[in-house]
Amino acid sequence: MIGKGRKGWNRTLFEILVMLAGLFALNTIILLIAGAPPIEAFKYLFQGSLGSWIKIGQVLTGWIPLTLCACGLVFSFRVGLWNIGVEGQVLAGAVCATAVLRLGTDGGAPSLMLVMAFLGGVLGGSLWAVLAGVLKTKGGVNEIFGGLGLNFVAQGITLWLIFGPWKRPGIASMSGTEVFPKALWLPAIQGLRINPGGLALTVGVILLTGWMLRQTRLGLALKGIGSNPRAAYLHGLKPQRYFIVAMALAGACAGMAGAFQVTGVYHRLIPSISSNYGYLALLVVMLAGFRLGWSPAIAFFFVSLNVGSIQLPMMLQVDSSLSGIIQGTFVLAALLLYAWRRKRKGTEP
Amino acid sequence: MNDLNVAVILGSIVAGAAPIVLASLGETISEKAGVINLSLDGSILLSAMVAFVTAFETKNLLLGFAGGAAAGAVIAGVVGLFSIYLGQSQVAVGFVLTLTARDLAYFFGNPYARQYGPQVIPWPIPGLHEIPLVGQAFFNHGWIVYASMLMIFLCWWYFYRTPQGLRLRMVGEHPEAAYARGTDSRAVQMTYTVIGGLLVGLAGAAFSLCVKPGWGRPQGAEGTGWIALAIVIFGGWHPVKVALGAYLFSFLQVMGIQFQRWWPSIPAQVFQVAPFPLMIFTLLLLSAAQRRSGADLDGAPSILARIVGVLGGAPPRALGKTFSPE
Repeated sequence: MIGKGRKGWNRTLFEILVMLAGLFALNTIILLIAGAPPIEAFKYLFQGSLGSWIKIGQVLTGWIPLTLCACGLVFSFRVGLWNIGVEGQVLAGAVCATAVLRLGTDGGAPSLMLVMAFLGGVLGGSLWAVLAGVLKTKGGVNEIFGGLGLNFVAQGITLWLIFGPWKRPGIASMSGTEVFPKALWLPAIQGLRINPGGLALTVGVILLTGWMLRQTRLGLALKGIGSNPRAAYLHGLKPQRYFIVAMALAGACAGMAGAFQVTGVYHRLIPSISSNYGYLALLVVMLAGFRLGWSPAIAFFFVSLNVGSIQLPMMLQVDSSLSGIIQGTFVLAALLLYAWRRKRKGTEP
Repeated sequence: MNDLNVAVILGSIVAGAAPIVLASLGETISEKAGVINLSLDGSILLSAMVAFVTAFETKNLLLGFAGGAAAGAVIAGVVGLFSIYLGQSQVAVGFVLTLTARDLAYFFGNPYARQYGPQVIPWPIPGLHEIPLVGQAFFNHGWIVYASMLMIFLCWWYFYRTPQGLRLRMVGEHPEAAYARGTDSRAVQMTYTVIGGLLVGLAGAAFSLCVKPGWGRPQGAEGTGWIALAIVIFGGWHPVKVALGAYLFSFLQVMGIQFQRWWPSIPAQVFQVAPFPLMIFTLLLLSAAQRRSGADLDGAPSILARIVGVLGGAPPRALGKTFSPE
């Protein structure tokens, strides 16, 4: 048996370095096949994301919803559910937040309306997630298909609202609903477009998630059910009830992300309001080993790749989906690493 | 609406169903062996791109189809390697690959977007295609459409009429028992995962070389993989019923386009997503009714339960579980 002594840490560091070197080589090959100069491409990825304060502001703006989604996913993974419906939950949150903001400022103070919009988003997202949870516990529908089906439904509802009841006066188009009055925008630092409120909220959610999972009875129950539902049931826990609770928490976080996209980023409802953060968050949490720990840092890294890749089509005439390839290969490499570690653990006495 | 219109609509339903039939049959094969290949949506896109680019560069359609099939097989092989031999979650690996394969398709396909390339030309079957309605609907298509129809029968025959098919089903139901009787369950699972992937790759090739010729972003095949995964459940892991599900979905898609023609005021995008929730909700209904029919022991089964009895089926018992011989 080897403890986590210096030797253990050295080995972990070594593994991670090997993994990074392998990934770097793999992505270099992919770039060479596509006929793009690899060093240039990596340089643009870096400059395009962290090269200036404005870029960092963009990264932080994406980091907020992605991290919120990831925090939510940790709850549903902890209890053993594959919540693929995050995307739909973000949309549901965005739609509900928009519904609140459409009431305008007549009813009360703008800041109150913003708070209400966030609460609406939380409520919408968690209801959408609970729906998938109920379909699983009461309907016997696998949560992967329930969640996925609801993603498409949420997308349909969003499109219908943008082109139907909520269309801009005169024209309905993919560009979305009418922009809200400035008073209903989430306050941002001028020039950098950084939302201090959104950042504070996200840090708060990270801390709260960590505390709930580690320090509360709920966290313990979720962990118990996730690792062995039968044993947990015999101990008097009701897995089905905790499934719903975990989904509600996951949906609440995703809905918050949707509300942020509406109030802090686009200031209106657009068809792609979720920006695929729901799916990306699944990759983030998988790379983090289904735990909270590294998730915020990985989310920052992933958004940096996304923001940096925007320049690629202009500068090198290659598609911006390179960022997705790098993210995917990272997660695959991590899965390989986990498998390797487990195998080694099995062979050691 | 006149007679010709109905024939054209029927024909487009049958043609549009071809890739969905191929993809859902491919998934049925790997799931019958106990492996969920969740990467379908990305696999289809990647193989559509590979097929189009290969056919475009070599000016050879057959090479295009071979390239598409190979791409599907490689992705399925990765799913198999990670889940069967390395013990990682099938859902996790499949999900990552869905996103990664999609991005690979867009990344490498970028220079080929909106180009005109070779495509499958219809081969009307002599004599048969002149039959009113039926001829236009079934016998006036590209060869890949006929191949997809043939594949339904082939799958059924292989599963239920051959010793290899019996072994395949045994591994999917009880890999431990199969192993104890001398079958290398992991090798069987790996083989059928790759074969299933081949069919998924053909489905992608059928998209870019026949049904929606060309390559672009978006390609128009997005979402099909998820639907195929749902169709496998809808069809109860039985190839004939699975194929029926694929035709039903194609019908919904074509009707969506028709409805849009009839009500132009409703935006196209709504109709594009409409078949997806419809399909998924059919699935929910099936599953819910299936449960109820099991619980109600007294009295005759309801009509709903009867329909479900015809359509639904039980999943292979070892589906999604990783088998290890140690």
